[in-house]
This record gives sequence, C-alpha cells and structure tokens, in this order.
Amino acid sequence: MKRLARVLALGASALFIFAAQAQTPKNGGELVFPVPSEPPSYDGHREETFGLIHPIAPFYNTLLRVDPNDKSGTKPAPSLAESWTTSQDGLTYTFKLRKGVKFHDGSDMTSKDVKASYDKIIFPPAGVGSTRKGQYADVASVEAPDPLTVVFKLKEQSGSFISSLLSPYNFIYKADILAKDMHWYEKNIMGTGPFTFVEHVKGSHVVGKKNPNYWDKGKPHLDTFRAIFMRDSAAQVAAVRGERAHIQFRGFSPAERDSIVSTLGNKVTVQESPWDCILMVAVNHEKKPFDDKRVRRALSLALDRHQASQTLSKIAIVKAVAGVQVPGTPFATPPEELNKLAGYWTDIEKSRAEARRLLKEAGVAEGFQFTFSNRGIPMPYEPLGVWLIDQWRRIGLNVKQDVIEAAAYYTPLRKGDFQVAMDFQCGYIVEPDLDMYKFLSTERNPANYGRYKDPVLDKMYDEQSRATDPEKRKQIIRQFEKRLLEEEAHYLMTLQWHRIIPHSAKVKGWTVTPSHYLNNTLDTVWLDQ
Amino acid sequence: MGRYIVKRLLAMIPTLLGVAVLIFILLRIVPGDVVEARFLAQGSQFVSQDLMNEERAKLGLDQPMWKQFTTWVAGFPRFDFGVSMWTGGPISEEIKLRFALSLQLAIMASTIATLLAIPLGILAAVKQDTWIDYAVRVFSIAGLATPSFWLGILMILVMLTVFKWIPPMVFTPFWVDPWQNLVQLIWPALAVGYRYSAVGTRMMRSAMLEVLREDYIRTARAKGLWLKLILSRHALKNAILPVLTIISLEFAFLLGGLVVTEQVFNLNGLGMLFVEAIARRDYTLTQALVMLVAATFLFVNFFVDIAYAYLDPRIRYR
Repeated sequence: MKRLARVLALGASALFIFAAQAQTPKNGGELVFPVPSEPPSYDGHREETFGLIHPIAPFYNTLLRVDPNDKSGTKPAPSLAESWTTSQDGLTYTFKLRKGVKFHDGSDMTSKDVKASYDKIIFPPAGVGSTRKGQYADVASVEAPDPLTVVFKLKEQSGSFISSLLSPYNFIYKADILAKDMHWYEKNIMGTGPFTFVEHVKGSHVVGKKNPNYWDKGKPHLDTFRAIFMRDSAAQVAAVRGERAHIQFRGFSPAERDSIVSTLGNKVTVQESPWDCILMVAVNHEKKPFDDKRVRRALSLALDRHQASQTLSKIAIVKAVAGVQVPGTPFATPPEELNKLAGYWTDIEKSRAEARRLLKEAGVAEGFQFTFSNRGIPMPYEPLGVWLIDQWRRIGLNVKQDVIEAAAYYTPLRKGDFQVAMDFQCGYIVEPDLDMYKFLSTERNPANYGRYKDPVLDKMYDEQSRATDPEKRKQIIRQFEKRLLEEEAHYLMTLQWHRIIPHSAKVKGWTVTPSHYLNNTLDTVWLDQ
Repeated sequence: MGRYIVKRLLAMIPTLLGVAVLIFILLRIVPGDVVEARFLAQGSQFVSQDLMNEERAKLGLDQPMWKQFTTWVAGFPRFDFGVSMWTGGPISEEIKLRFALSLQLAIMASTIATLLAIPLGILAAVKQDTWIDYAVRVFSIAGLATPSFWLGILMILVMLTVFKWIPPMVFTPFWVDPWQNLVQLIWPALAVGYRYSAVGTRMMRSAMLEVLREDYIRTARAKGLWLKLILSRHALKNAILPVLTIISLEFAFLLGGLVVTEQVFNLNGLGMLFVEAIARRDYTLTQALVMLVAATFLFVNFFVDIAYAYLDPRIRYR
C-alpha cells in the first residue's frame, strides 16, 4: 500500500513538473493578429478606438495596469509605478517609480515624463485634444518632487482614482519631446514598452520587435508582432481558420467561433467572458408619451431578458442579463437581487400583464405606433433590434424600425430627433464611475440621449464616486441601479455583450477580460511552438 | 486628329469641375461628419462639445462652404488635394500606397478577362450551336450570374476546407517578392477576371456572329481564303471594337470599384480606402478619390476613342 502511494505520489509530482515545464514561457516567434479598425493617429491621449490600443499599446507602458492574469479586468497591478500610497485624508496619492526604465531612444524615464504625460491628459493646453480629461476632473495637480516619485493631489476623495490610472490609453510619453511639440506623438511612436516600433504601412499592418532593454527582465517573450488591419470579419475568421493569424483580440460571434473550432479542433483554445459593452435603449423623455415613467417602465417590463439570454446568445455577441455593472465583477448586483427589479422578473407573463396595465393607465392605446431608431451595424444591433420590436409587439405596441447608417447615427441622437433609439456604451475598464456616467442628467453629460434631468440620480452618482469604502459604494450603486432601471426607467438595458476569443492553442500567457481594450501590451504573451 | 485630341482634353475640364461640385455638395448633405465619426462612434462619453468644435475648426469645417470649396479646387492645378481629415496625412500618399495594388489587380483581372473572352467568344461564334458553343455560353452565363466577391468567398472556403491554406493577408509588392505577390493576387484576379470575361465573351460572340455574316467575309470564304486568316485579319478587327470598349471601361471601374472583393481577400486597395473614407466622412479623401476615378474614366474613354481610329480606318475624327 505504501509502495502504491509512493508510486502515485511520484507520478503526481512528475505530472506537476511536466505541467510546470509545459507552461514555462518559450521565447521567440511572431504573433500575428488582425485588427478590425485602424487608428487615425498614434496618440492614446487623444483617440477613442481599440484600433489604437491593439497595435500601439505594446510600444508603451502606463503608470499602473490591470493585472494581466485577472479575468475580471479590475485588479490594479504595478507597471511603471512599482508601489503607491494614499494619504490619511484620501486626497494625496504618491507613486514610487521603477528604477532603470528606459525609453526606446535610450534615455531614462523619470517622474518628469509621468507628470508631463498626465498634465497633457488632464490639463491639455489649447489646441491639444484630450478626450478623457473629464474623467480626471477631481485632480488638482500632478507633481514630481524627485525623479522617482509622482504625487497626484485630488480636490475631493475618490473611490475610482486608482482605477482611472489603469486606463490603457494613458501612455507615458517623454517630457522633452512634449515640451518641444505637443502633437509629436500623433505621428510618431516612442515609449518604454516591451516592443519597439518597426513599421506601419497604412491600411495594411503595424510591426513591432522585441525591446532588448525592457525593464521587466525576461520579457517580452515574442520576437515580433504583426497587427494586420482587417475590416471584414469574414476575412478575420478566414485568417484564424487558415492559421495565417493567431488571435483577434476584439471578439468573434458564436457562429464564427464555431466555424473556427470546427476547422481547427484541438489546435484552437476558446476564451470567453462577459464583455464591458452593452446596447441599451434610450427613451427620449422630451417626446410624448415617453415623458411618462409608466410608459418607459412598460417598455422595460415587456422584455424577456432571461429567455433572450438563452436564445440570442446562440446567434449574437450577447449573453448575460445585467444591470449597470458587468456581471461577475466586484460591484455587480447578484442575479437573485437583480431579478427583483421590474423588467428583470423571471415570470414574463406577470411582467407583461403589468406592462399592459401601466400603458392603459398612462392612456397609451393598444396598437400605439412609434419609431425605434437603430444603428446600421449588423452585429449585434440587428438581432437585438428585431428582438426588441418583437417584445414590444407582445404588449400591443406597433414599432417601426428606422435603421440609420453608422457614421450618421449620433447626429439625430445628439439633437434629440428620435423617439426611442438604440444606444451603446463600451468601457475600457469595469469601473462604476465610467459605466454609470452615461446616465447622469443631460446637462452634466450630453451623451445621455434620454435627455432627462434627475438630480437624485446625479447625487447618488457623486456619492458612490466619493465613497472609498467598497461596501458603502456597492450599496449606493444598488440604489442608483434601482432608480435608473426600475423607478424612473430612464434607460432600458438589453443584454451584456459576450466576448468570445477563439485563438490558436499556441498562444499562451494571455487572459481574456471583460474589456477588449485591456491586456494588449503583449509582454506576457508567448507562443508554444 | 491633333485638334480632336486637344478638343477632347479641354472638354474634360468642365466635366471634372462638374464632378467636383457634385461630390462636394453631396458629401455635406449626408448627416454626420468626420469629428463625430472619430469621437462618438465608440460610444464615448467624456468627449466635450468644446473639443468637438475645436477639432472642426482645425479641419476648416467651421469655414463657409464656398471657402472650403475654393480652397480645395485651388489645389487642383498643383495636384494638391490637401490632407486626409482622418489621418492628417497628405492625400497623395494615402492614395499612392493603395494605387500600386489596385492597378496591378486591375491589370491582372483585365488580362485574364481578355485572354478568356476573346478566344472563347470567337470559338463560340465559329462553332455556333455546337456543344462547344453551348459550353461557352454556360460558362459565360455562370460568370455573369456569379458576383466576383461571392466567387472569392467560395475560393477561400475551398482552399481552407480542402487545402487548409489561404492566401497571404499582407500585400507584398511585385518588385519585393514576385512569387509572394502573385500567390496573393492571383485569386482575386481570377475571381474578378472571370466575372468580367463573361461580359466580354458574350459581346465577342455576338459581334463575331454579326461580322461573320457580312458580305466581305462570304467573299473571302468564296475566294478560298484560309479560315484562320479570315478570322484574324478581317473578322476580328471589326468585331473587337465593342469588346475593347467594355474591357477598357471595366478596367477603369476595377481601379476603385472592387470594394467587397478587396474586403474578402483583405487587400489594401483603393476600393477599401473609398469605403473607409465615406464611412469616416473623410471629405477631403473621398473627394480626391472621386476625382481620381472620374479622371480615370475620362482618360480611358479618350484612349478607347483614339484606339477606334487605329483599329477601324473608316473612323476619322475631326
């Protein structure tokens, strides 16, 4: 018996060692990946597209990053800052920078560079575009008391400040270059990242090669990467199926995943995650009868989200039933609690009976007709649009769909020239401040196309934003969610997007997160070949 | 002839100006602009109205329409079409990058179309109502009925399923690596070339049948002339004129019109650039591309007319 146990133990350790060896990163190779969109410029502080992050992020570092192994995509990890502390009053954040970090031109990276980069993001001079400066409205100053220390001083306490520094867009640039030309980084690339820039052939590809002087010794593992711009999703699928590309970091549809898996079998690994993107319905509060919350709530009650989660997830990139946070992330409402909100009930007959009652009470006649504006993008706008129209038909509403070309879509939304419209938001990190900003009163956020004013909701937002105790913050977020989705039904959530990444089994060291903006530095990625 | 050439060249100027006015107005009628496409398309929330106004001013979109138009047109004589509103790069460079690929693809596809259309059309006409004629008709009607992008998708699927292989996804210029270049471009050229050969084949067959019934062909046959000689020296020269027109105009179309085929094969050509420019509301780039395509059509038409005079001595231009 003892002998058997010893043999088993030996076998187990051999297996463990084998597994450990199998997971030891291998160096070398070229990672090839299609990118569905091309960046207009190289300046992360200015642009708004993942088309910039996927090919350009490997050339840079940020002050902090999201832990590349964290599936929730929310855990802060050191990057150029190796540690940080917060003052007692929560108004001063002090970051200690790594020693020996060099830019690709060989010069040292110091706190002066971090300060210059964040000054450009938060306090851009006239004529310099910074699309996310509104996110740092609480920052009073950025200081660099010594070469390896950076201090952020806030005007008020913030529960999301550290998260805001995880933005993958906040590349650290060289201060001397910015001092000479604030626009230099729009047309040039020079950072501290794991890869150095080789070439960008417009419309075709970007190539980067291993930075031999990278501060994180032993990384990156890849020799080179090649990001190929590929607009057409059929071409992207063909590239992965035909093994011309290893991975596409944005995501594929369920049908595309299945076709890749059926061709490549065990040569492909599929990683999936709820996606920090959601299509929601903006109900124009300035148009009658949608100024009546009973009508808005009826529209929400008509939706059988639970059944749609089962059926639509087979054909579209949507899955989880969600509130204002990505399911499974720290501040998300658990399903059993979410299902108590009107519109999320599991008994759809009861829900629709209530919807009909509310419509009647509000004086909306059977067969009432309205126009639903949808964006001319096939996935997932088209299936969700068809689903919504069908659901509203079931409570006696007659809906006409107006499909508007993608680039022209926001013109009528910004002007309020619609009744009910599909709206969309996609976060680069799961963070309540970012995910809920959308729903603030229009005067505070013009991107709120519901066109309403709700000081109560605004106050709740500010309170959760200031709350440094996560539990307290969670409670306020729950109240916010209840008011937004049930009591006032300002906005209607459809289903959370679902991110599906089928990639070559050779690709290791990469973990899917809810955001397609994260984990694209490629320092941890290696090829098992 | 010289006077005719000068007259035709001068007539191009008002045509091009007309196109310029039309495209300039049409683009501005369509809702949305490059700033919205750039900053709002990703569902962004933090982009302020001030930032958007600032961006519009930088691009000159705050200027009156007449000023925008005259600034643009003033660059024409110097071939200066300005900078792309999306990338900020010179438009000539944006186009130059894609032009080589599109030109090569257009040449390859037109060559394939010509090599298929002329012999098949002649053969079908000479062997009228035989199985050869039927086979050619089936082949050409199938080509007419099959969109080239669909054929391209089919080709890729067959290559994937049967050979577990697809063509390279990144363009390699011919002078860098001819083999790699041909391996990538031969498939779209075949897909597009086949589609256009079908039109040419039908045209060649009917033109040839018409010519073969002419008195002078009967006379040549009665004289006992060799059939090959009759076909090549007498019939072909007369029958080829409409085919030449079709293939030439298609060549002009291929330069900027292969949008879907370029997407299917991920070719970084002018067609894709065109679609992207329109989707992004990149006014300056779209305008320049429209002018390029219009000018190409005008010049191709012009050269076809000149070629007519060479091929048919009866035609004399004044």
